[in-house]
Amino acid sequence: MEAYLRRTAVWYGGVGLLTGQVFRSLALPPKYFRLVVQEIEVMGVQSLGVALTAAIFTGMVFTIQSAVNMARFGAESYVGPLAALAILRELGPVLTAILVGGKVASGITAELGSMKVTEQIDALRTLGVNYIKRLVVPRVLAALVVFPLLTVLADAVGVLGGMAIMFLERGADIYAYWNVTTYWVVPKDFLTGIGKSVFFGVIVTLIGCYNGLSTQGGTEGLGRATTATVVHVTMGVIVSDFFLTKLFLTLFY
Amino acid sequence: MPEPVVEAVDLRKSFDSTEVLRDVSFTVSKGETLVVMGGSGAGKTVLLRLVAGLIRPDGGQLRVFGRSIEHLSEEELLPLRRRMGYVFQGAALFDSLSVRENVAYPFREHTSLGEAEIAERVVRNLSLVGLSSEVLPLLPSELSGGMRKRVGIARALSVEPEMLLFDEPTGGLDPTNSKLVAELILQLRGGVCDTAIVVTHDVELAKTVADRVAVLIDGRFGALGPVDAVLGGNDPAVQAFLAGAAR
Repeated sequence: MEAYLRRTAVWYGGVGLLTGQVFRSLALPPKYFRLVVQEIEVMGVQSLGVALTAAIFTGMVFTIQSAVNMARFGAESYVGPLAALAILRELGPVLTAILVGGKVASGITAELGSMKVTEQIDALRTLGVNYIKRLVVPRVLAALVVFPLLTVLADAVGVLGGMAIMFLERGADIYAYWNVTTYWVVPKDFLTGIGKSVFFGVIVTLIGCYNGLSTQGGTEGLGRATTATVVHVTMGVIVSDFFLTKLFLTLFY
Repeated sequence: MPEPVVEAVDLRKSFDSTEVLRDVSFTVSKGETLVVMGGSGAGKTVLLRLVAGLIRPDGGQLRVFGRSIEHLSEEELLPLRRRMGYVFQGAALFDSLSVRENVAYPFREHTSLGEAEIAERVVRNLSLVGLSSEVLPLLPSELSGGMRKRVGIARALSVEPEMLLFDEPTGGLDPTNSKLVAELILQLRGGVCDTAIVVTHDVELAKTVADRVAVLIDGRFGALGPVDAVLGGNDPAVQAFLAGAAR
């Protein structure tokens, strides 16, 4: 138990210290900006399929479930705003962060962990390279762009998927559905979800980088670190979502 | 008297409850090659990593290029590290980059040289370690162990170091390649970089390249002095190590 608590404290402390180092190293030399662009492509373009597939099916499932059950109370006409609020405020940002985050962060852990166990990170340090600027900051900056953008797309696809299933399965009037939805849903609902995705992107990337940089124990340790990243990212997103929701409700509701 | 490049006084380093280095003191002067010998796990690599600032000592003083480095931040250590070249035991080449890009890496990071100039310097550094430009497009995984070591040395030379740190440069090599690497280290002293710390358990390498030899035994220097005095001396612990190394 004591060893577990110590490992946990070391992990949280390590992620905190890495966050501090990243903020101190944010000023990148111009030549590193191509790394940010590369990372945007790796994180964003290559995750588009996963994010959008999850969004459209989740949007359809949530909407049809809501429609079937709200019809029992005669409230089916409110399915549009209910589904849109759930997608914009929670499902869009959280699902995107968990799915894309798990994929992106485990990839980062595998890459940095492999560099760590083969001494390539130490090689960078001995060549006088600031490895935080070279390996971590470009990924965090890319995440600041990628996660909100993917969330915007996931939101749109999720809401449209819900609308499509309502039209196809329940014979809903698309015009009325859209009007009720846009009447109840305000820009704040959309923006708080996007705000969350910015935090999720940073959290997910920092977890991936920290677990990679702290990998120990050769290839076996690398496997453990990569698996741990998926768990840490999922838990990190779910737990931080609660606190971000409380914060945003306090600040903006 | 030549200026000291590295001055270590009572260096101590432990990992968890294992004390690896205990009160180790030594000096490396400009133009000198110090060979640190010792068995596996004796703390040779730890000593080299301390000098490069990759890890911090638990106690003692360590001055490199006239500056105390025990409490310097990573950021403050970077300019000092650019004055030394570190050759890793496993070469630690960037495995996704070709030989060309590995050797060019320090030039791209720290200089504003044009592509033509970088290409010229990469070929020059490779020729210094006895490699032709045929290896330029190869990935590290396509190189033999000896070639990887030499590319590692060529990359270390790209920072134009004032001191080279070699971690087991002949480790894992056959006798022919070991001899080639030993001769290469000697050649580098003739103008490219005249100061070096070499950690090894290879007695032949020590005899070939060392000005002075130190033998790490139980975390302390069991002996430190000129090659002949140490390797031909009568310290029982050192002789026991050498007898083991010879076997």
